[in-house]
Amino acid sequence: MIRLVDVEKSFGTQKVLNHLNLEISNGKITVILGRSGEGKSVLLKHIIGLMRPDSGEIWIDDQEITGLKPRGLKEVRKRFGMLFQEAALFDSMTVGDNVAFPLREHTRKDEAGIDKLVSGLLREVGLEGIEEKMPSQLSGGMRKRVGLARALALNPEIVLFDEPTTGLDPVMTDAIGDLILETKRKFDITAVVISHDIALSAKIADELAMLHEGKIVEKAPPGAFFNSSVPVIKKFVNVQKFSLPSRDDELANHHD
Amino acid sequence: MFKLINIIGLSITKILSEMGRMVLLFIETLSWVFRPPYRPFLIVKQLEFVGVKSTLVVIITGLFTGGVLALQTYYGFKMFSAESLVGATVGLSMTRELGPVLTGLMVTGRAGSAMAAEIGTMRVTEQIDALSVLAVNPVEYLIVPRVIAGVIMLPILTVLSDFLGIAGGYFVGVNLLGISSGAYINKLIQYVDLSDLYNGLIKAACFGLILAFVGCYKGYTTSGGAEGVGKATTQAVVMASAMILVADYFLTALMF
Repeated sequence: MIRLVDVEKSFGTQKVLNHLNLEISNGKITVILGRSGEGKSVLLKHIIGLMRPDSGEIWIDDQEITGLKPRGLKEVRKRFGMLFQEAALFDSMTVGDNVAFPLREHTRKDEAGIDKLVSGLLREVGLEGIEEKMPSQLSGGMRKRVGLARALALNPEIVLFDEPTTGLDPVMTDAIGDLILETKRKFDITAVVISHDIALSAKIADELAMLHEGKIVEKAPPGAFFNSSVPVIKKFVNVQKFSLPSRDDELANHHD
Repeated sequence: MFKLINIIGLSITKILSEMGRMVLLFIETLSWVFRPPYRPFLIVKQLEFVGVKSTLVVIITGLFTGGVLALQTYYGFKMFSAESLVGATVGLSMTRELGPVLTGLMVTGRAGSAMAAEIGTMRVTEQIDALSVLAVNPVEYLIVPRVIAGVIMLPILTVLSDFLGIAGGYFVGVNLLGISSGAYINKLIQYVDLSDLYNGLIKAACFGLILAFVGCYKGYTTSGGAEGVGKATTQAVVMASAMILVADYFLTALMF
């Protein structure tokens, strides 16, 4: 279980996380929703120790990570995988080398073994045979899939997804949703997804949390969450629900 | 009046805080130089980038600097019939000062700026965060190989520059201005000690350290997207060049 207790973080005078409390259950997909600039990525970076809180505690199972020295943090991070918003592939390396990177760094496998694992991971994300391509030759969706393959290379227990569908078309967004579900099923991971995409959240989430003004204002399973009476959630859900024209509107416009 | 004091105070605070960050990163970098994991492949790659790929620019700089030195000193020395001292003057100037300083400045422009741009781009595209998440220390992986390459390659490039400067001076002095070949070489051997060469190479190693570290530091602390990368690159060149010239004065005062 991941537990954030009374976490505070400010940048200058701007308080981004304000006495934030959150519990994320093992083996589930938890989606953290929030408007742009609410500090969702900051929250994710606290969970993996890329940022330290000004105060508060962050627990990964029974280990408190805020006070850990670099060596301890390194061991904790081996339990994590993370898919960055723009995939963050190393652009000086081929796709194969990107996926092989954690294996070369942290395992004693020989090159033949690593090649086999890389092929398998790329197959899992639906991108077999692109080992020799450079990241610059890939589309946004493909980059994210390669990023996921790299994140899964060390068999992590927890995978963090930072806005996995930003910048993707609706078909690719749906495919990434399927991929997250598939990944959770096959690799038995705990997934934490940062998003502002209601459709994706409804599709994949076991639990949803809403980040607003530095606090988690609601955390519930999808059914209860989407019927929440918290005003900010109602507004957030309704705006996205009605941002597309209904089928009737489309037909009316067509006849005009 | 208070506004002025406030502005001065803020500027001083900013400078001190930047110096503090630089010193901390420098200490961290040094601490990783002697600790595993050692990365011979990355060091060789940087040796090639800093050294081999800077060869042409160093050849041109050395050759023409020696030539112009011979040309300038010839006309001065001719006034009191001391043309034979051109060789010694070119030799001393190149080995003690111009070889290391000009090599340092040229490599700063070519390699120091590229280091800032590359690491800066990695920072703004979250590739440095990705390294941390993959449990690899970015300082050890990115900065240490570049700093080692700078310290090793600058003296080697300086030897090349010294030699070509003396050769360029020889060509201009002997072939174009009619100084006797024997006088040029004899005075060169008479006045230029091996200690001049060694001290020049120690300077070069210090300049290599400065240009590589400043380039890496500016890249590592980049923020603000593409514009930030541009700023970091410019600042790296300006700061490293200025630091090389300041360090040159103090090293000269200590050595000669």
